[in-house]
Amino acid sequence: MESYTGVTCPFCGCLCDDIEVSVDRGAIIKVANGCAYSLTKYLNYNRDRITTPLIREGDKQVPVELSEAVERAAKILSEAEYPVLYGWSSTSAEAIGLGIELAEEVGGAIDNTTSVCHGPTTEALQELGLPGCTLGQVKNRADLVIYWGSNPLQSHLRHMSRYTIGAEGRWRRGRDDRTLVVVDVRRTYTARVADYFIQVEPNRDYELITALRMALRHEEIEQDRVAGVSVEDIEELADLMMGCEFGALFYGLGLTMSYGKNRNIDAAISLVRDLNRWTKFVMIPMRGHFNVNGANIVFLWHTGYPFAVDFSHGYPVYAPGATSAVDILSRGESDAALIVSSDPAANFPRRAVENLFKNPLIVIDPHRTVTSMRADVVIPSAFVGIECEGTAYRMDGVPIKMRGVIDPPKGVLSDEEILGRILEEVRRLRG
Amino acid sequence: MKELLIKNATVYDPMNGIDGEKMDIAVREGKIVESSELRDARVLDASGLVAMPGGVDIHAHIAGPKVNKGRLLRPEDHLRVIQRKRRGLRPIVGYTIPTTFTTGYWYAAMGYTTVMEPATPPLMTRHTHEELNDTPIIDKACFPVVDSNWFVLEYLKEGDIEGCAAYLSWLLRAVKGYALKLVSPGSDEAWGWGGGLRGIDDPVPNFDITPKEIIRGLHRVNRLLGLPSPIHIHCNDLGSPGNYRVTLDTMRCVEDLAEEGRPSLHVVHIQFNAFAGTGWGDLSSGASELAKYVNSHNHVTADLGQVLFDDTTTMTADCPWQYVLHKISGNKWVNHDVEAETGGGIVPYKYRRKNYVNAVQWTIGLEFALLVKDPWKLCLTTDHPNGGPFIEYPRIMAWLLSSRAREASLARINKRARRRSSLDSIDREYTLYELAILTRAAPARILGLKGKGHLGVGADADISLYRLDPESTDLSKEYKVVREALRRAAYTIKGGEIVAVDGEPLNTTYGSTYWVDVEVPERDEERVKRDLQERFERYYSVRLENYPVEERDLRISSPLKIRAEGF
Repeated sequence: MESYTGVTCPFCGCLCDDIEVSVDRGAIIKVANGCAYSLTKYLNYNRDRITTPLIREGDKQVPVELSEAVERAAKILSEAEYPVLYGWSSTSAEAIGLGIELAEEVGGAIDNTTSVCHGPTTEALQELGLPGCTLGQVKNRADLVIYWGSNPLQSHLRHMSRYTIGAEGRWRRGRDDRTLVVVDVRRTYTARVADYFIQVEPNRDYELITALRMALRHEEIEQDRVAGVSVEDIEELADLMMGCEFGALFYGLGLTMSYGKNRNIDAAISLVRDLNRWTKFVMIPMRGHFNVNGANIVFLWHTGYPFAVDFSHGYPVYAPGATSAVDILSRGESDAALIVSSDPAANFPRRAVENLFKNPLIVIDPHRTVTSMRADVVIPSAFVGIECEGTAYRMDGVPIKMRGVIDPPKGVLSDEEILGRILEEVRRLRG
Repeated sequence: MKELLIKNATVYDPMNGIDGEKMDIAVREGKIVESSELRDARVLDASGLVAMPGGVDIHAHIAGPKVNKGRLLRPEDHLRVIQRKRRGLRPIVGYTIPTTFTTGYWYAAMGYTTVMEPATPPLMTRHTHEELNDTPIIDKACFPVVDSNWFVLEYLKEGDIEGCAAYLSWLLRAVKGYALKLVSPGSDEAWGWGGGLRGIDDPVPNFDITPKEIIRGLHRVNRLLGLPSPIHIHCNDLGSPGNYRVTLDTMRCVEDLAEEGRPSLHVVHIQFNAFAGTGWGDLSSGASELAKYVNSHNHVTADLGQVLFDDTTTMTADCPWQYVLHKISGNKWVNHDVEAETGGGIVPYKYRRKNYVNAVQWTIGLEFALLVKDPWKLCLTTDHPNGGPFIEYPRIMAWLLSSRAREASLARINKRARRRSSLDSIDREYTLYELAILTRAAPARILGLKGKGHLGVGADADISLYRLDPESTDLSKEYKVVREALRRAAYTIKGGEIVAVDGEPLNTTYGSTYWVDVEVPERDEERVKRDLQERFERYYSVRLENYPVEERDLRISSPLKIRAEGF
């Protein structure tokens, strides 16, 4: 039996790097320190594996050699007029870089899951900037922690104990000397353990943030209630925020994907920026997939843009809404797709999924998924952080090298290697 | 291409005292050799071309988390220059924060072959290396920022220079760094609580150590480790009217520790720290005071940080200053503190000719360059992209070479700034030899990169050839011609291979990443290991074992192995 310590979990944007994994006779038998999601991934990753490359023939997907699958994938991509390459948030930075090169080579559009998640964060940041920091800064200094439209006790299970409320820092002992505020549309699990819970009316966060900004400036709010919250509560929250030594705002899809989207984030950034006049205040978006931030980061240094990049002109064009995968697919503009480490057929709008299936579809994934079951080419890949290594970027931008603790099934390669082969074959076809 | 013979170039090689001689340069296996060693060389006729060693940029923010956040902040910047992908080349996306591929191509276009990323946060330096790995052609290195690092502050507070040195040798190896960088020492720890520091005697809250003590301590550490370059320092109070005094204090504070013949301090982008006056309304140039000091002391070198009149992107680890700039300009602002270490701030900014303050800033950089007598103490930079993008260096070169070029610009700047400046009365014009010092020889020497910045036998074959004939071209009158020639090198040769022709890169190849591998006595190494094991996980949010970058994570690793002798 082998035991590994300091393993980094490849599930969510927390990238907890203290997991202990024990491997015996080719199986993971024990996992310590991980949360329920982490345990579930480590102990069940081998279920529903795709074990060999597949190519569709009629209604069936038949096993083929890897080289044939790679050739077919390359042929589809290089012959397509406007392929879309989507996914990327659950693979390594190295694989993502190759994906971008591939998209460039075939003149397609490449997009990652940001476009259906924290896209509004990046859009608001492009307009205002963002006052942020790494998670250890919060651990060491924060006496006020706010989760807005985010429910970490169900989404990022160890966030609070590792980085915020429950963590022991240089100047904060733990729960006792920190205040927790939750703003959400209902009393979530996290709300139940908060010192203050503010229930905001659905889709009215923008008004609430605006009222808070007014309260900071001691401006009079003429209504008695804003967004379902009493002005007394608003003023109390404003006082709490101004009076803390170090405040940290964490936020999620409650803000990015409710009415207003990037305008909500715009307001939140303005609020935190305002607060910096009185005290130290930061904000960090709660990123979901373990390497979605890595996808943004790699996209940025290659192209200048964080997601939704179109190469049909031979240079990167960024226009979310026009060049984002869900929109391209919904409008039926693409004529082929490559999906890497993602399952859009299970969560994209119906029309987008219909169009996805209408055209040649390549899937690279470890698992059998709704998307892979209708694909024309399927190539099984190894799990980053379990079976192969690669860099991932945490929600706060800290890069961590993910390591493999167990071998992948025989013949199964990493996304990085598979994409490298497809790229080589595409270049060979184009001469 | 194993062998190359460059014939009949007009060579400027200041390290070897060559000042415009017509010579051949022989290249074999990536190094400069005697012509007699060549057997079957490709011949490149360089008649009518100027040859210089490949350019060395000692300070340009080209890679890492701060730079990349700048790319995120400024999609509008990416529309300024676009070029579609070509065979062997990625698309070009510029301008003040280009993509990593564009960065490599554009430096090569100008004949630069070595570039230093001057400020990387250690915890996130894996990111910096991933970007450097994707920066083609040039050789590169990065400097970890260490002045607000908790381990450093604690060791220095105890007066434990050897402990601090052993820790920093570990850090340099862990992050594959090349030199020690200080950015407004101590300020980022104060900024961790939203504050800042004034001058170099203001103690860092909770750590009770002053910037002066940090600077002196790190200078002694640097000497103890025997690092190839002195400490690089972005002085305290950057951007503040009257700050030239803090710069003088900084340079003075290590005078007594100075060693004969070796610089103790490299002051980066000195222009931003050369302000006289008491406020924005009476801002004036402190360049002459600083130049006077630099002229009469041999322990300090500096790079310019010249501003250009254009829209650019400021980004530094001086978080308090970046916040101030956000407030005074009203421009969007990114801030990113890095736990237990440092931080970064980014604000777009436009330098305007008619703006009094910006015009004064423009005069400061040039005054300093023209008043410092010994060009070996000086390097040409803009603190890219803070003062302006590196692709515009040839503009600055023209201002140095030609008083006419300066006059043409002086005629267009804010009139009050012009009147207050001494530039009109300075006739000095740099020679090509002196320019080669500022852009090649001095930076290479200050960095301790022995194979760079010169064309002697044994040097790396990094050579730039420019379409410039000093015999037939009046460098002063025809400054526009000179500028264009320096913008697009006729040939850029890197490691003996031609990598760019007429300012166009040929292919996406890669250079080396330099870093220092310092060996310290085992007992000090063990002691630091124990300190790390005890404190690291309390300070940081990652585990100690996941912090270091491995050598294989660098595309081409080129360590300088040093044994620290002074323990």
